[in-house]
Amino acid sequence: MSVVSSVAPRSGRTTELVLTLDAVAIVGLAYVNLGLATTGSVPPGLAALGLGYLGVALAFHVVLRWRASYADPLILPIVTLLNGLGLVMIHRVDIAEGRDISDGVALRQLMWSTLAVAIAAAVLVVVRDHRLLRRYTFLAGAVGFALLLLPLVPGIGNQQFGARIWIRVGSFSFQPGEIAKLALAVFFAGYLVQTRDALSVAGRKVLGMTFPRARDLLPILIAWLASLGVLVFEKDLGSSLLFFGLFVAMLYVATERVSWIAIGLGLFGAGAYVAYLIFGHVQTRVLLWLHTFSPEALDTSDQLAKGLMGMAAGGMFGTGLGRGRPDLTYLAESDFIIPSFGEELGMIGLFAILVLYALLVERGLRTSLGTRDGFGKLLAAGLSFSLALQCFVVVGGVTRVIPLTGLTAPFLSSGGSSLLANWTLVAILLRISDHARRPLPDPAAGSAVAEARTEVVKLP
Amino acid sequence: MMSELTLTVLRLGLLVGLWAFVFAVVGVLRGDLYGTRVNKRAAASPNRPSTPPQGIEGRRGKGAKPARPSKKGPTRLVVTAGPLSGTTLPLRPAGTLIGRSPECALVLDDDYASGRHARIFQDDRGTWLVEDLRSTNGTYLGATRLTEPREVAAGSVLRIGQTMLELQR
Repeated sequence: MSVVSSVAPRSGRTTELVLTLDAVAIVGLAYVNLGLATTGSVPPGLAALGLGYLGVALAFHVVLRWRASYADPLILPIVTLLNGLGLVMIHRVDIAEGRDISDGVALRQLMWSTLAVAIAAAVLVVVRDHRLLRRYTFLAGAVGFALLLLPLVPGIGNQQFGARIWIRVGSFSFQPGEIAKLALAVFFAGYLVQTRDALSVAGRKVLGMTFPRARDLLPILIAWLASLGVLVFEKDLGSSLLFFGLFVAMLYVATERVSWIAIGLGLFGAGAYVAYLIFGHVQTRVLLWLHTFSPEALDTSDQLAKGLMGMAAGGMFGTGLGRGRPDLTYLAESDFIIPSFGEELGMIGLFAILVLYALLVERGLRTSLGTRDGFGKLLAAGLSFSLALQCFVVVGGVTRVIPLTGLTAPFLSSGGSSLLANWTLVAILLRISDHARRPLPDPAAGSAVAEARTEVVKLP
Repeated sequence: MMSELTLTVLRLGLLVGLWAFVFAVVGVLRGDLYGTRVNKRAAASPNRPSTPPQGIEGRRGKGAKPARPSKKGPTRLVVTAGPLSGTTLPLRPAGTLIGRSPECALVLDDDYASGRHARIFQDDRGTWLVEDLRSTNGTYLGATRLTEPREVAAGSVLRIGQTMLELQR
């Protein structure tokens, strides 16, 4: 005989504190390991850097206690660990390239992390309820599309490594696509929560799937054209796939219709194939992907081949931090940070990182299941799916599952815009999860106002 | 240089630490797989005090219950047949709602049940009543279809669609 009773959620803040301390300790261990392996002594800045990072993580924890006390307790520890491991690996590449810590990429990344955490905390404090964001649905849409197309503007758009996804103002360069991801998720959530009934009800059934009416196809066609525009003019498959995939996934979540996925995959496949036939730079990417070790491909770029060789050198247990040669691969601290981890931590370490990503995405989707309003559900599902898709694109790119693209591994890769966007994404997820997990006020208990007697305030 | 042994221990320790963290997270997460807590309990526990001692009345969240379940009446509802067979839930004096709607205390997964199908509650005199909430397919007490609230006691058998319910002490 069993008795079923619902359990009031615990806030889990203490769990979060313990796990965050664990995460910082693991990062510290990695840093010590790296110092011992490269210089033979414990790095001198360990106490300062370690305490600094601990302070940043704990400050965010305190903000959560203060402003979102029922937020998911696992998101912050996972993100702290990923960000810290990224810092250690970037520092490791710095050492290999002969850069000192004071002028290396790692210190800049640490400053960006601090700024990103500060902005995420500010988002948590300012946005008291995620439903506020719904008011800015169309503003977010306009901002999102503008940011996505901003690198095309002559003068500030900047082409690097064959993709035009940076903007540069003075000495300051930024990748606006990362912020666009957030704005577009807000826009899609707000738009789909209004229109999903029209998109999911009518239609005709073919091959066991209900296909929508022709006129309901307009939004997906617009999204498709925009994503093809990104692919063709910005020459970036990653952003294009991320943006279109986000839209199709949120459409599916909103309507529960498998046919949208079929239509989306079909449209993207056809568009990408046509782009492959027409544009030279797409053909180069495909050549590098399918025939990585052919002489023509190695003439163009041996980056992917070197990354694969690095991971092969790492093997199952890895060479150990500081003992591999990840710096042989070009961009080992940003686009190719996953092969760097594969080389030095081995397959076991790399899979731990991938499981951490999977757990982070799971927490986001769980938040989406738990929250009660449609907008919050769609937003949480969209944000966590965008993280998952970004990981797929990055890891798939460096392991030759899909053509290599220029996306960053969330929280690991060096890059300020990516850190800012992903920490803000986490702040929004935490805000929604606080809303989802906070227990409802007990209706049986009644409120003080309802039970108070009528009082005569003033007699004439 | 450091000895290779120290480095190997650190390197493998880092991997162990990473996976220990992953398993710690999964351990916390395990509670997520079960949204409700399922307690195994002996079939009958007559010695269990049905009313808590006065001392813990003011505990957090519980509040003071004005009407305690009387000793004679049924205290729980058991699903004896149907998709949810084996489920038990405690009866509340304020009323236990049964139906397909998620707001119900017992959410039936039964095509023949209405959204808000029936209610079991205790009236002012302490007698337990079952009431059909104008359901499409009706609520049966024994073999008769309910048209008005009827008194029930421990041992009464209700049928809602394909689900059989029994009230137990």
